[in-house]
Amino acid sequence: MNARIARRLAAIMVKESLQILRDPSSILIGFILPVFLTLLSGYSTNLDLTNLPVGLVLEDTSPEARSLAAAFSASTAFDVHPGRDRREFAEDLTRGRLRGLVVIPQTFGRDLSRADASVPFQVIADGSEPNTATFLQNYAQGVWLSWMEIRAENNGQTFTRAVELVPRTWFNQELLSLNGLLPGGMAINLTLIGALLTALVVAREWERGTMEALLATPIGPLELLAGKLIPYFVLGLGALFICMVITLAVFHVPYRGSVSALLVVSSVFLISALNLGLFISTAAKNQFVASQIAILSAFLPSYFLSGYVFEPSGMPLAVRLLTHVIAAKYYVSCLKTLFLAGDAWPLLWPNIGGMAAIAAVLLGLTLLKTRRRVA
Amino acid sequence: MYGRVRALVIKELLAVLRDRQSRIALVMPPILMLTIFAFAATLEVKSVDLAVLNQDGGQASIELIQRFAGAPFFTNVFFLHGVQEIAPALENERAMAVLVFDQTFSRDVAAGRPARVQMLLDGRRSNTAQIVQGYASRILERYTQDLAERHDLPGPPATLTARNWFNPNLDYLWYTVPNLIGLLSMSVGLLVTSLSVARERELGTYDQLLVTPLSPREILAGKTIPAMIMGLAEGFLITAVAIGCFRIPFAGSFPVLAASLFLFMLSVVGFGLFISSVCNTQQQAILGTFTFMIPAALLSGFATPIETMPEFLQIVSLANPLRHFLVAIRGILLKAMPFPMVLETIWPLVPIAAVTLTLAGWFFRKGLK
Repeated sequence: MNARIARRLAAIMVKESLQILRDPSSILIGFILPVFLTLLSGYSTNLDLTNLPVGLVLEDTSPEARSLAAAFSASTAFDVHPGRDRREFAEDLTRGRLRGLVVIPQTFGRDLSRADASVPFQVIADGSEPNTATFLQNYAQGVWLSWMEIRAENNGQTFTRAVELVPRTWFNQELLSLNGLLPGGMAINLTLIGALLTALVVAREWERGTMEALLATPIGPLELLAGKLIPYFVLGLGALFICMVITLAVFHVPYRGSVSALLVVSSVFLISALNLGLFISTAAKNQFVASQIAILSAFLPSYFLSGYVFEPSGMPLAVRLLTHVIAAKYYVSCLKTLFLAGDAWPLLWPNIGGMAAIAAVLLGLTLLKTRRRVA
Repeated sequence: MYGRVRALVIKELLAVLRDRQSRIALVMPPILMLTIFAFAATLEVKSVDLAVLNQDGGQASIELIQRFAGAPFFTNVFFLHGVQEIAPALENERAMAVLVFDQTFSRDVAAGRPARVQMLLDGRRSNTAQIVQGYASRILERYTQDLAERHDLPGPPATLTARNWFNPNLDYLWYTVPNLIGLLSMSVGLLVTSLSVARERELGTYDQLLVTPLSPREILAGKTIPAMIMGLAEGFLITAVAIGCFRIPFAGSFPVLAASLFLFMLSVVGFGLFISSVCNTQQQAILGTFTFMIPAALLSGFATPIETMPEFLQIVSLANPLRHFLVAIRGILLKAMPFPMVLETIWPLVPIAAVTLTLAGWFFRKGLK
């Protein structure tokens, strides 16, 4: 009995593997796209803002004003374009050539020498890109504070900064955004293989009527699903390996977890993604509809709702609730932790549970739908 | 010639719009995506979990903790009971940051000695970590000023006045929604065009089209015009929803917006028809569209700024229609960008459209072989 099941399973797996190897589109999604996407996102997605182009309006010519201007020019955060009139720069701000303006007013030097006066020293950011604007303001604040400190010391005063914040970043000391983005990007690659490729391939089988032929053979529905899933599962692990090699070797992202933890987490995620692909293809009428649903329900959510770039904590409650049914959300959290922090099982287990629950629900739905579709 | 092209345009429009499911597929998903992703695609940081380890217990540390707890930014502030709890709290994402007061903190503050507060941040979320750090140092700055006032000491003399033009409250929706207008119009434009030729090739009707009196140039026009009609309608619909439902300001002028949307759609349709003309099956066309869409989205300046990319990718991104259009649409909606300045930004769309449409027309003819 068992031998017969094994033989039937093996037959389906051989058929699927041959189909993968002979189909150029499978090769494209399975091997070329992971390499291309990992390299592209490694080189292009970078949130570390340096050399922000800003206009520096120096309305004052006192030594203090010039010294502050020099401090801004010396900072690596800014690429300073000096000028005397703020109207000159307003147009460049509209054009998007400058990210902000730093205005040192005429009265700056005079007000600074009087102890009680507050000096209105202005930083104007281009608010049409809020994240960049926030960073620009923070950097400007930093330049300003350290300039004040040096100035006070040079005058022989102690700078009255009673309380000081000593920040230290764990897991990612240099705060390189790439170290978090690249591991998260692997989830997108595996989603493409798991959901999109499976949806397309199985939908084609329905479209051409070969699915009915398979169902008419002695194979049971569970064996058929398993026989279809296992080759794509192996393909997914292969893509995972490719992504890992590029991430570690080309971009030097550290990996602090264990290989077995990565395998466990990735396997559970792949199973849920493959089940999503199977479910889509069973529900969709043809390849076109299947690809649209796969992009809408798998690819785009894995990009926008997984926490890969955009943090769920910044989203409104309704959208945050929606992220809980996206398997990629749990996987991205696991990947970031495994790469940067290590095997934190108290964090990994609930995430694995979430992915497993999604996989189970999808599998149940697929079995139900397959039976109904044939009947 | 006019009549022949007109017939083809009507045929193409009917092919897409006759089917109820396709009509729904054109209108519903973009609106749904606009609604969900407008709220999801945010780098804004709010509701941060903060853990506090207070080894001091003095008045100053308690006052400072109250200030952190009172800030709307830190929605959940909880206490740790020992150094050994720091690592699990950060590692298991119970806290985004841990604030550590050492034993001498309140005494140092009372004695006027420089006091230190340590903040440990979760670097896995590097962007959030930097914003939280900036926020925390501003709370401390204000506290230092208040201390100085209380003790009649001269505080820091000058204050930095921060202002944001075009979006004074840094409302993130004002950023994501204009970007999504570009991204979603592009995806619909590609969807309509990329399958048009590939489907006919797969079904064999393309050969029938080639034996009609239509010249390749007329076929190209017949495929471009309906796609432009649908793409433009889609673009205006999404813009209307953005302004009507999301209350995004419309500072610029409508004709400027219409002109830029027209050029943008023309270059997108060019790419779509080009992809379609080199594909033999629908599956290839779908994958081809996808292979174009991902780099176009990544290199558009939406999620991550263009200027942080390496030089060669910045050059590659010049061929990306979305990159140019996003600058224009943000400028028109938020900054009231005047027409000459918009032209300065979007003129590359003209050569992009010219090249892609020419190539598409050239590959159309290859079907004759």
